[in-house]
Amino acid sequence: MAKKELQVSAIENGTVIDHIPAAKLFDVINVLGIASMENAMTYGTNLKSSKLGKKAIIKIWDKFLEDNEVNKLALVAPTAKINIIRDYEVVEKKVVNVPERVEGIVKCMNPKCITNHEKVRTKFRVVNDSPIVLKCHYCEKLTDQEHMEMN
Amino acid sequence: MNTHSLVSIEDYTKEEILEVLKLASEFEANPNQPLLKGKVVASLFFEPSTRTRLSFETAISRLGGRIVGFSDASSSSVTKGETLKDTIKMVDNYCDLVVMRHPVEGAARYASEVAVHPILNAGDGANQHPSQTMLDLYSIYKTQGTLENLNICMVGDLKYGRTVHSLLQAMSHFHPTFHFVAPTSLQMPEAYKLHLKELNIPYYEHTELDEVIEKADILYMTRVQRERFADPLEYEKVKNVYILKNAMLANAKKNMRILHPLPRVNEIDVDVDENPKAYYFEQARNGVFARQAIICKALGLK
Repeated sequence: MAKKELQVSAIENGTVIDHIPAAKLFDVINVLGIASMENAMTYGTNLKSSKLGKKAIIKIWDKFLEDNEVNKLALVAPTAKINIIRDYEVVEKKVVNVPERVEGIVKCMNPKCITNHEKVRTKFRVVNDSPIVLKCHYCEKLTDQEHMEMN
Repeated sequence: MNTHSLVSIEDYTKEEILEVLKLASEFEANPNQPLLKGKVVASLFFEPSTRTRLSFETAISRLGGRIVGFSDASSSSVTKGETLKDTIKMVDNYCDLVVMRHPVEGAARYASEVAVHPILNAGDGANQHPSQTMLDLYSIYKTQGTLENLNICMVGDLKYGRTVHSLLQAMSHFHPTFHFVAPTSLQMPEAYKLHLKELNIPYYEHTELDEVIEKADILYMTRVQRERFADPLEYEKVKNVYILKNAMLANAKKNMRILHPLPRVNEIDVDVDENPKAYYFEQARNGVFARQAIICKALGLK
């Protein structure tokens, strides 16, 4: 079968994050700290997707995401698929797992929470997986997916 | 974090709740015990709360402890812009235990991570007020002889009322049946109802107060607080919806008691005060014994 032309060119070695909802691209960039990486990378967004309507894709050269980095993705783009590429071939597919605890990444949505008043690193327990609901360790209020903002 | 702090009612297991209630009854029988002799307790009230502060300070005094602190933030270095972390670090150097009330939610949990000595949360915004819950439990235990299998009716502001939320969490250990009576805009939040469903604890929601009074073992009344409403019109609509009057108590169970965290405004008519089922003033008195017990538990004194 002839290969379709890729809308974002292939990489030799590195990580491909596919099936990101287009609107979440910049959240993914923030949560993974990609903006500060020195690696070569390409982004594509508003690409056609039968599942998501419009999707985004990120390809990072010579970067192999660790499991804890992959799990951060669960908070912003649980539909994302991660492929590890070596020599232009997919050598590993990583599954996004929702972590049990989330520290420092997400802001508490309660404006009266101590984490929004003083420099306190946020801590949450994940009380529901899908959709994700986080319970603040400090103010005990819930932050849901809809109101989730990244730090 | 030091493990002896009491920040949230969920910090206590069922066994610990029962242990503290037993201690409270010992203090009721014998309130003046110099267990805190030579100890200094900081009483930090970043927002004023006369009732809670006096109750804690009475408990400390009856235990023979010394108190340092402030009764509102304007007389502390907070006005100079000091962070909570720095205030707690400083006070922690001076004393053996910290009692604190703070308007910001989660402040007490954070303090318990910063301090070496135990922190007792005397209220953090709309979040937790565990010593209130312990005195509520002690009042229920004293009047009913048990905490098991009771019908608990909660009335008023069930949406924002932290006392009802904490009481619901604590009573969940003891196989209760809950009845919630609230206007539509102030009903028990979904998260707490979900918590009850997961534990298979039955609850019923009502909008009429009359229909639940005869079912109740405990009728827990609450005030609809003006400061919780952004829209004053909304407050005016709901403030007078549930008012308990003496005539409504004719068919109440013999063992039924009326509790209220106080202060009340008009939700319990003064004509109820003389009814032997009215328990809210004794309830406040129980607060001192419950707090003596909490303090001793935090410092491992008994």
